[in-house]
Amino acid sequence: MIGSIIKHIWALLCGLRETLWYFLKTTILGKPITLMYPEEKWTPYPRFHGLHKLLRDDNGKEKCVACCLCAAVCPAQCITIETAENENNEKYASSYQIDISRCIFCGYCVEACPVGALLMTGEYELAEYTREGMLYNKERLLRE
Amino acid sequence: MDLITLSIMLLKIIVVFIAMLLGVAYLTWLERKVLGHMQVRYGPMRVGWHGLLQPIADGIKLFFKEDIVVANANKVIYVLAPFVVTVCAFASFAVVPFGNELTIFGQTIPLRIADVNIGILYIFALSSLSVYGLTFAGWSSNNKYALMGGLRASAQMISYELPAGLSIIGVLMLTGSLSMVEIVNAQKDLWFIIKQPLGFILFLICSVAECNRTPFDLPEAESELVAGFHVEYSSMKFALFFLAEYAHMIVMASLVTTLFLGGWHLPFIDISSLHPTTLIGQLVVSLLPICVFGVKVFCFLFFLIWLRATYPRLRYDQLMKFGWKVLFPLALFNIVLTAILQIFNLL
Repeated sequence: MIGSIIKHIWALLCGLRETLWYFLKTTILGKPITLMYPEEKWTPYPRFHGLHKLLRDDNGKEKCVACCLCAAVCPAQCITIETAENENNEKYASSYQIDISRCIFCGYCVEACPVGALLMTGEYELAEYTREGMLYNKERLLRE
Repeated sequence: MDLITLSIMLLKIIVVFIAMLLGVAYLTWLERKVLGHMQVRYGPMRVGWHGLLQPIADGIKLFFKEDIVVANANKVIYVLAPFVVTVCAFASFAVVPFGNELTIFGQTIPLRIADVNIGILYIFALSSLSVYGLTFAGWSSNNKYALMGGLRASAQMISYELPAGLSIIGVLMLTGSLSMVEIVNAQKDLWFIIKQPLGFILFLICSVAECNRTPFDLPEAESELVAGFHVEYSSMKFALFFLAEYAHMIVMASLVTTLFLGGWHLPFIDISSLHPTTLIGQLVVSLLPICVFGVKVFCFLFFLIWLRATYPRLRYDQLMKFGWKVLFPLALFNIVLTAILQIFNLL
């Protein structure tokens, strides 16, 4: 009886010691785990699913061949492509649009692409003032 | 009472009131900061240096919020409740001796607002009255959560006031007086925490319960009752409840300091026996007790916050069981023990 009471009180004291230890550690020694966000930025991991990017080949030509597999595989159906042919009778995307407000960042589009034209970057600050701002056209997706 | 005494009295009241308000404001800052650091966070950082202006920002925000009076509330009681709580919390501080004497320009000012010869009873009476405010708030809001909170507050207060009252009887037996000033003077050589360790621990637990602080914050158990008795309050009325809770903490901290931690006395050094001749020396001797008192109160407040960071809330039946089956018999035992030891002159 007495032994169990002492054990319980000891456990309570251990709890107090633990919180005090963390208090001293944070106050004197270390840095809190909080990230002071706008000043300090988080660096995403290499495989982070952020904003998409359309790639160019070494000659500066768009890699995309407008096969529309990305649009077909997209579960959220947020990719809209219009196709056209250029002077060499090659297919290309005359308009390529991703509605980022509907995108679920699953990365299937990247996996589906047969020519590796699409990539997901680490960009995660995607807030916009308007809904129209969430529609990324080809120029914005081809950015450097 | 001549004009000088009257103006000194008024000045003391105003200074203490403002100090109390500031103390409450920065207690909220301290709580958020300490809790944050204990959880490896920063706490408030944005408003002012390390969030030092945060309480002011909070105050302004609460002041400009919409003041909602619930349609089905009992209007008179609903409006009255926060004022009852706040007045009780702030008025309790009137009998706390926060320093010895201030000697300045030939005037000797005792550093307390009132030396009532039943000071302890006065504080206990007011803290009992403040539970009416909580119950009023719970009842008049016409909300099941608020009502539960109010009921819990009253039941908890009854259960914990009893052991709290009984645990200080040992101190009163040693002092032979109910006056706060007498109790402080009786601890000149030895603090009552050493003579009354059991009484101190019991009163410590009960004071946490009376402030409605974690682990005894059942009246406002947010995970069960949304916010408890003040769930329907907004704007300044909510702020008054908030103010009262923290003022109550300060009063309880000063009560523990006065009863068990020697009030404004320093250990081993008797400040009141020093009589320096220079003006600065006199001022230091006058202000040192206030600082000593403040440090002790601060330590107790830190302890309260520390408890909140550490322990989860008790279940309601555990709370009642603990109050009646553990604290109450122990408090009675403490009285008997103190009486026996005093008869044989061992204390």
